Amino acid sequence: MSLASLEWSRSATGGRKRGFRGFVVDMPLLLILFAIVGLGMVVLYSAVSAESGLLVRQAMRFAVGLGAFFVMAQIPPHYLRLFTPWMYFLGIGLLLFVAVEGQIGKGAQRWLDLGVVTFQPSELLKLAVPMMCAWFMHERRLPPTFPQLMVMALIVLTPALLIVEQPDLGTALLVIAGGGITILLAGISVRLMVVLGGLGLAALPVLWTFMHDYQKARVFTFLNPESDPLGTGYNIIQSKIAIGSGGLFGVGWLNGSQSDLGFLPERSTDFIFAVMAEEFGLLGVCLLLVLYLALVGRGLYIASQAQDTFSRLLAGALSLTFFVYVFVNAGMVSGLLPIVGVPLPLVSAGGTSMVTIMAGFGMLASIHGHRKLLAA
Amino acid sequence: MAGLQFKDPWQEQRLFLSRVIAAAILVLLLSGVLVTRLVQLQILDHERFTELSQGNRFRIDPLPPTRGIIYDRNGIVIAENRPNWELVATAEQIDNLDRTLRSLEALGLVDPAEHDELRKLIRSHRGFERVKLTNLTEEQAATFAVRRHLFSGVDIQEALSRYYPFGDTAAHAIGYVSSISETDLERIDRSNYAGTSHIGKTGIERAYEDRLHGQVGYRQIEVNAQGRVVAGGARGAGDTGEFESKSPSPGENLVLSLDMKLQIAAQEALGDFRGAVVAIDPRNGDVLALVSTPSFDPNRFAAGMTRRDYVSLNTDPDKPLFNRALAGTYPPGSTVKPFIALTALQHEAVAPEHEIYCPGEWRLPGQTHRYREGRGGVHGNVGLHEAIVRSCDVYFYQLAVAMGIDNLSSGLTAFGFGAPTGLDISGEQSGIVPSPEWKKRNFSRREDQVWFPGETVITGIGQGYVLVTPIQLASAGATFAARGARFAPRLLLGTENTVTGEMTLLEPHALPSIEDHTAEHWQFVSDAMVGVTSETGGTALAQMKGLEFHVAGKTGTAQVITIGQDEKYREEDIEETQRDHGLFLAFAPAEAPRIALGIVVENGGGGARAAAPVARKVLDAFFAAENYVASEP
Repeated sequence: MSLASLEWSRSATGGRKRGFRGFVVDMPLLLILFAIVGLGMVVLYSAVSAESGLLVRQAMRFAVGLGAFFVMAQIPPHYLRLFTPWMYFLGIGLLLFVAVEGQIGKGAQRWLDLGVVTFQPSELLKLAVPMMCAWFMHERRLPPTFPQLMVMALIVLTPALLIVEQPDLGTALLVIAGGGITILLAGISVRLMVVLGGLGLAALPVLWTFMHDYQKARVFTFLNPESDPLGTGYNIIQSKIAIGSGGLFGVGWLNGSQSDLGFLPERSTDFIFAVMAEEFGLLGVCLLLVLYLALVGRGLYIASQAQDTFSRLLAGALSLTFFVYVFVNAGMVSGLLPIVGVPLPLVSAGGTSMVTIMAGFGMLASIHGHRKLLAA
Repeated sequence: MAGLQFKDPWQEQRLFLSRVIAAAILVLLLSGVLVTRLVQLQILDHERFTELSQGNRFRIDPLPPTRGIIYDRNGIVIAENRPNWELVATAEQIDNLDRTLRSLEALGLVDPAEHDELRKLIRSHRGFERVKLTNLTEEQAATFAVRRHLFSGVDIQEALSRYYPFGDTAAHAIGYVSSISETDLERIDRSNYAGTSHIGKTGIERAYEDRLHGQVGYRQIEVNAQGRVVAGGARGAGDTGEFESKSPSPGENLVLSLDMKLQIAAQEALGDFRGAVVAIDPRNGDVLALVSTPSFDPNRFAAGMTRRDYVSLNTDPDKPLFNRALAGTYPPGSTVKPFIALTALQHEAVAPEHEIYCPGEWRLPGQTHRYREGRGGVHGNVGLHEAIVRSCDVYFYQLAVAMGIDNLSSGLTAFGFGAPTGLDISGEQSGIVPSPEWKKRNFSRREDQVWFPGETVITGIGQGYVLVTPIQLASAGATFAARGARFAPRLLLGTENTVTGEMTLLEPHALPSIEDHTAEHWQFVSDAMVGVTSETGGTALAQMKGLEFHVAGKTGTAQVITIGQDEKYREEDIEETQRDHGLFLAFAPAEAPRIALGIVVENGGGGARAAAPVARKVLDAFFAAENYVASEP
């Protein structure tokens, strides 16, 4: 693996002193993150019609995200493991709190108003759920037994149901994906995987009855967008036109007529992938995709080098969940998946998700930077 | 393997690695799917999408449905749609929104005070949507027409706008339409309102918005690079395979129970007073007239008024926007006496022939507080019949104490006081029917929760805590007239399908009727109410003289301020807004009632003087129109 040779995470003291590792910075991770966010800001500038205010806010969010990255990178994995249950139950508590008290933003109860900033507790769960699953399996023998699987299902589904109730089906599915990936990495048998997958499919009709009308409408629209060109189908039609008209090389930066003329909805948030595809074409989108894959690859490499169950499961789950975010967003914008309102990680304008993702990569940096080098 | 209970790190690491490798392969596969999809969109279908996006830009124009027309019960149009010019903007075709708006302001087409609001309005719509900025006069339309080429993205179009031919008459019942606000957007299906600029805000226009509005249609039109239409009409479905056009389906026409002639007569009868008149048909709950004065001209809302005009309307001390008929709550005064008398008879708290001596005031046994006659009269010996005819307070003080507050309040509640009547437009207040339980519920301090005997006394003459709305008064009068048969008052009689012309009539909304009273008791109290308008000493005798039929009525006077124990109410000493409210409750003809009235004249100075004359004029208008001939008994 070529990324393995990019082993730059040498701190000033180089791990010579036992117990103190100095300042941990995983340079490959950091460089790729900078590249993606930089590219994202270029696209965002065009998406918001060259209004700099939103761009400055995005830069500030990235700065906060970097802070979270560095803080997390300094916390050794066994400390991360210690405060995992606290973080998980805090997250559940906050979800219950917003369900009762939360401010209504965009018709859904998701936001917690902290006075200065609003904060989505469901974002916290995106990290806390895989962490909790990894924490649970840490002391136990892999692969997990059936009762242990049931406990982990409870760990995943409790917050997921609370988030579905908000209602925020997209985030709920991502939380389930995060927990599910952790469980898969823990080594659940292929046979059980098939059985559970079958059960999952059977549960779809049940899920359908729990879905809100607007969510059902999105699925119908996904199946036949032209049925409602003035309403919900509008987004996906315009998004496909934007992507398709980009061609191989794109129409050029700031030249996207779909996005510039306001045809494209939510162009600074959920649909920014379409702006990129229109202005930079297939090549530009592939460049972004390669950067994302590099990030995921680096994450999986870190997971493979990790030295305990918790670190290993957490690193693998965070990396793969990140890919799920990318795939779901790109898939929905290009009409492969129904529109579930998932932002493009590190690129879409938006606060909480930027911070949680950066914090997640901070944990990866920590896992790699705090390895005991004795064995090597 | 199943028996091992300790961790095997090497085995676990191998298992984990195999999973990571599998995951990595899956990641690459999914990426492949994504890239394949992008290749399909961006390479294979590139030309088609480019054409859609660039070459022949097309626009989906929503086709707004025509709003339903509103008729009165005789088919007279009270809300319709008239063609007029409006200025519209399409955001995607405007280079610089601020500059464009300023140029329009310089031409006097747009109000500079609304600059920011219009900007926000345009921004809140999708780029391709046409947004209505304002209505234009013929002159303004001409001014713009010659300069049209200077304004890319701004255009004039002929449109239908709401028009209320009767102006301020019945404005509170019909309500009005006005520009769709941010709050409205929350509660409507946005795509159904894509081409609609106005929405019902109050009254019938709001309550039946769904029926009136109809379903939006749309058509796809081709436009050139500047956004001008090059070929109107729908492109064939086979051309792009994307869209079709769809005609809008117009809203339903509504037929209301209102009788506009009666409505006008009632409004004129109130004159310059603040007040309300509600007329109800006791046989079915049809609201024949619903007046609240002063009124306002709903056309100003439909045409769009400046912020300053709206503020002045909203801050007018006479509150023209306030619907007194539904939301004004007043002490009912003596108008509750018929209901209390009926309840007292039911509970045998009094025998009809029981007489008392009225010296002009009364004390509760063992107390010093004097409860006085409203206007300081001395009635001498009176029975229940005379007590209603001459409105003797002393009689009803004792009646209230004899029957007790619980019977009294449940008697009033049975007639619909203390709760909305269920009229089919919103904005009704509940009013108050006090009782010991009510005090417990509505006062937080313990010492305030105690029910005092004196409070029972004054409730007996409709003073104290008790509050009613004019529509409750009319509705209770209608229930009385129908001898206990209750209907929720209604404004909507039926709907007309605008396409098929088919009329659908609605059934009256019957409520559980009042079965507590004997026919003799109904007759006794009804006779006393007829006495009010026909016997010597009757409080409304003078106002109802010369009618060819019997009117059952009851005057009421509601004190706005408290008069001290030894003071006298002297109107000339009191501010106009502190003077007594005049109330009147009536139904006619007493033998076979077809109309029940609830009337409040704010600060009119008493029921007989202010409200009864209004009732007379309304009754004259009603029976003149009906060519009423009194049937011999």
